[in-house]
Amino acid sequence: MEMRDEIRAKIRDGADEPRRHDSADKHVSGAAVYADDVREPRDLLHCFIALSAKARARLTKVDLSAVRTAPGVVAVISADDIPGLNDTGPVVHDEPMLAASEATGGEVHYAGQALYVVAAETVGQARAAAKLAIIDYAEATPILTIAEAMAAGSLLQEPYRMARGDARAAIDSAPRRLEGRISFGGQDQFYLEGQIAIAWPGEDDAVHIISSNQHPSECQRIVAHILGVAAHAVTVEVRRLGGGFGGKETQGNLMAAAGALVAKATGRPAKVRLERDDDMVLTGKRHAFVIDYEVGFDDAGRIEGIRFEQMARCGWSLDLSAAICDRAMFHADNAYYLPAAEIVSYRCRTNTVSDTAFRGFGGPQGMMGIERVIDEIAFALSRDPLEVRRVNFYEPQDGPGTRVMTPYHMAVEDSVIDRIVEDLVESSDYAARRAEIREWNAASPILKRGLALTPVKFGISFTTTHLNQAGALVHIYQDGSVMLNHGGVEMGQGLYVKVAQVAASELNIDLDRIRVTATRTDKVPNTSATAASSGSDMNGMAVRDACKTLKARLVRFACETMNVTETEVEFLPNRIRVGSQEIAFDDFVKQAYMGRVPLSATGFYATPKIHWDKAAAKGRPFYYFAYGAAVSEAVIDTLTGENRLMRVDILHDVGKSLNPAIDLGQVEGGFVQGAGWLTTEELCWNQRGELTTHAPSTYKIPACSDRAPDMRVRLWAEGMNRELTIRRSKAVGEPPLMLGISALQAISDAVCAAGDYAMYPALDAPATPERVLAAVERVRGG
Amino acid sequence: MSKAIRFILNGETVEIADLPPATTLLNWLRYDRCLTGTKEGCAEGDCGACTVAIRELDAEGTLVTRPVNACIQLLGMLHGKEVVTVERLASPAGALHPVQAALSECHGSQCGFCTPGFVMSMWVAYRSEPKPDLARTNDLLAGNLCRCTGYGPIIEATAQAYDRPRAAWDDADAEAAAGRLANLAADGALDYAAGGKRFRAPVTLDEFAALVEAHPEATILAGATDVGLWVTKHAFDPAQVIHTGRVAELRAIREVDGALWIGAGGTYAEARGRIAALYPDIGELIRRLGATQVRAAGTIGGNIANGSPIGDMPPALIAAGATLVLRQGAERRELALEDYFLDYGKQDRRPGEFVEGVRLPPPEDRGRLRCYKLTKRFDQDITAVLGCFDVALEGGAVTAARLAYGGMAGIPKRAAHAEAALAGQPWSESTVRAAMAALERDFTPLTDMRASAGYRMQGAKNLLLKYFIETTQPATATRLVGAGAAVA
Repeated sequence: MEMRDEIRAKIRDGADEPRRHDSADKHVSGAAVYADDVREPRDLLHCFIALSAKARARLTKVDLSAVRTAPGVVAVISADDIPGLNDTGPVVHDEPMLAASEATGGEVHYAGQALYVVAAETVGQARAAAKLAIIDYAEATPILTIAEAMAAGSLLQEPYRMARGDARAAIDSAPRRLEGRISFGGQDQFYLEGQIAIAWPGEDDAVHIISSNQHPSECQRIVAHILGVAAHAVTVEVRRLGGGFGGKETQGNLMAAAGALVAKATGRPAKVRLERDDDMVLTGKRHAFVIDYEVGFDDAGRIEGIRFEQMARCGWSLDLSAAICDRAMFHADNAYYLPAAEIVSYRCRTNTVSDTAFRGFGGPQGMMGIERVIDEIAFALSRDPLEVRRVNFYEPQDGPGTRVMTPYHMAVEDSVIDRIVEDLVESSDYAARRAEIREWNAASPILKRGLALTPVKFGISFTTTHLNQAGALVHIYQDGSVMLNHGGVEMGQGLYVKVAQVAASELNIDLDRIRVTATRTDKVPNTSATAASSGSDMNGMAVRDACKTLKARLVRFACETMNVTETEVEFLPNRIRVGSQEIAFDDFVKQAYMGRVPLSATGFYATPKIHWDKAAAKGRPFYYFAYGAAVSEAVIDTLTGENRLMRVDILHDVGKSLNPAIDLGQVEGGFVQGAGWLTTEELCWNQRGELTTHAPSTYKIPACSDRAPDMRVRLWAEGMNRELTIRRSKAVGEPPLMLGISALQAISDAVCAAGDYAMYPALDAPATPERVLAAVERVRGG
Repeated sequence: MSKAIRFILNGETVEIADLPPATTLLNWLRYDRCLTGTKEGCAEGDCGACTVAIRELDAEGTLVTRPVNACIQLLGMLHGKEVVTVERLASPAGALHPVQAALSECHGSQCGFCTPGFVMSMWVAYRSEPKPDLARTNDLLAGNLCRCTGYGPIIEATAQAYDRPRAAWDDADAEAAAGRLANLAADGALDYAAGGKRFRAPVTLDEFAALVEAHPEATILAGATDVGLWVTKHAFDPAQVIHTGRVAELRAIREVDGALWIGAGGTYAEARGRIAALYPDIGELIRRLGATQVRAAGTIGGNIANGSPIGDMPPALIAAGATLVLRQGAERRELALEDYFLDYGKQDRRPGEFVEGVRLPPPEDRGRLRCYKLTKRFDQDITAVLGCFDVALEGGAVTAARLAYGGMAGIPKRAAHAEAALAGQPWSESTVRAAMAALERDFTPLTDMRASAGYRMQGAKNLLLKYFIETTQPATATRLVGAGAAVA
């Protein structure tokens, strides 16, 4: 055997190191393979999904005969051609995959709903053929807005209520009261890689699918029931996503199923790649909300009682809306103790696309309500909103426990928000800047500046308890290299490298000995979506579990063959000490193989402590909370409403970071995405229910120059998870998005300045120039 | 005259003889050549994931490198050029190029899908200009969308690449490219036919004029930043294309008789410096028009010729008193630019006629003409309202006013009533308020996804007020972005 590693005190790139993304060099060289980059098989069919032209209609005639005979067309799949269940609903079966049936017509519930699938030799042929369909619609008046749905009583579920104490009485008896309404739009995920799936027909009833999908196991389950086959016949593989953000948690299943149907019907591989416009029209987005609020408070701004009515536009089907709306309720308190609270949630059914997961999953919407309330209380009391925030914060961890109970009856035992805010107030020079901005504004008639600090407390765990489980598979090969597999999907968040770092540290070997392979349902079964920020928490623990099993076997092998006790076996960096002897890891592994030790293990993790009683709306839905805070400074043009961020200071708690470089990227990117939601990103539908912002030419996510020129982002150095999470880290995927709420509040502060701080702006989002100008006119009494 | 489309791909000459000429470069790269590093994000030139570099020799024989969106470059347009994709950047031995290494090490990629596009934008900048400051970096990258990083690490990497050792292989290849392109230039004009479609790219202006006159039904194609979208979004498959790109005379931008002549084929990027020297605020407007890739391909002539009511150049050029030269065969006529736009979708261009160029007179008072572009996002966004104003004063009274708007009507249009309200009046707030009120008679704007009719009208009025404030109270801060921004 040749010379191996030098003896080192530490492995290379273990956990806690700011290791680069594992695919970084492949990203920059164009070598990273996304689904559409997989070399196309010779007989590949290309599919086009035909979309409904109407928002609400009965299909009185569906004639696809001309589509079938069009040049290049090989198959046309309608509702009539689905061997199993025609449904893609992830939670309940209320979502027909394909709406059009030549036999029975069908119904459509939004403009853009999938009607049928055309498979042809080229995508151009498939698209052209779809134009030949004869579809007659008997239209009804669509319900498009929250107001229309509320007026019509159009709800997907009964209203859901969470309460603690007597909110009504507390509000009525409070020294001061106010009430109002905030309304804000949804958000398109705008992953750069659009929805795509490729399906290969296998032997018997098998099908292999490469899908851009955050939830391979659910994709497998849904494709199986659509095909009418057992789950074991369907394999879903995901190496990487060009962005997901929740938009591929359930939304990719339709494309996978369409490809699978075509593959099984024709015996040929089939690709379904949505063009951007179709993607934006067909697939779900973040829920728009209207929130009515009523609050009673004292002269210090301390909340005594509060009521929220959260009205969510869910679209035509349930999808994940129940859990999303629940999470909005769970975050109606954000970081503030609400002594008496009532939150009622209305899940509006509308003739729009079925809204779905998007980073934060309702949490951002819930927080928007309370942040508005706090801001408005501060205005009413002529106080700095920061003061009002501070007097309302949950009690710090290890306090007396008097101001810790959430409206869902879970005690907040780990609050560090006061410490984070204290640090940030100082590092951002908040007080001095507040004064300087007031002075500047007094001398500037056209441009006005604003400043805001907002906190984030975000609950970590799937609120659907059974989803909090994860599996892993670890192989050690004879040469000491390690193959790692788990149920988590790499969508850019650096999950693969973080989990590999966990394995490296656990086995005490250099990271470059470990390869993470594509997530596949035939390697690790029954996984949950890579969502709810849970990826590293759960998969890291599952991988650790597998590594522990392997290490235990290796230790036992050492004890049995080398006549030592367990305490005499130690995993040192890239080597193993057995008694007084040190053996290189790969040599030791080779010996274990020769000694017939199984070198492959599965691992499993189920998050402890959590439970939820849906009927009582009580429990502990979250294992722990992640915290952060941001200070944004904005400037507006009072003649046009144009606005921009000038400086952003962020301090965010990721516990003890698994990888500070990756975590920092999540924090920074999350903030910009959240700020985009509340400023430039506006989804528009016309009166016919057609989405009119369905491409980047009309839907504006932040561009490079929208990033504040002065941006100071820090991870909280004192971070340490009180719970026994993987290496005491905290989840980081979603929480930072909500730091972006500070951007809206800073703009609101600038609008307030435009009216000489005489009237509360009640600025809705997104804060487009149009909305900001309207608010300026309002505060100026125009 | 060449019958085949011949260009260089990553150093190798390729010849295309049987593909539809309107095949997009992106689809050809990805699905014919299996060069999948270049990604499709939107197929409309708005996200930059498909950014590649085009190299060509300019009129002086200097190598010019431009970033373009491959999704809206049609194969026929590449004749005689070199295409460089992300796969070309690393050394033959696989060492990353400094821009790639910088981006990787600065954590500039997360999901990685937009990354090759950023790499190409950064590479073109790296090869073409000195290390950029933040403002310049924002401009260089405005055409590349990233949904993951929030851009910070990419901005950092863009500058950091300049501090790394240069890539010898890359410098050597640039030298070799000039030779390769010089050899290709001998091909001259292109006359390509495949599958019943014809794509012609003549070399001389007279040939071009003759072809357009002989084929009045042909689509005249310049940078394809508009026509390219007809192809990708509306399955447009033109039977006949006549391309401006190889006609050097059409791309000329030069001073003629004291005015600036902008050949119709001149790109925004090529024209911006000369225009900005005369009218700084039109220069700032062009900075915000599209993004780097769009400005490197799109032409001023095309922006006028297609008659879009939301094209940014017409209002600016109308405010500046520009004239348009149209040509049919050997015949030319010249008209005030505003007279070219007759009605929505209708221009004063006869069959067989084409826009040869724009004559931009020098300003009476440099800096007096101001442009204001209202959008949801500052960069790479289509205008909701554009106001371009030039008001001449004498003794405090208005002697001439040109108020041109975009986004307010079916055509770019002067506000005749508002101009009349200013004429001869003292340049005072009350006069301006009267003109603002008069805009109600000039325009009945539409509501769409960019803005409501109400906002458009209010914005149009307030922009005029802003112009008044800027011209009378220069100390007042009025700008959020660009050279005159009062906040930083």
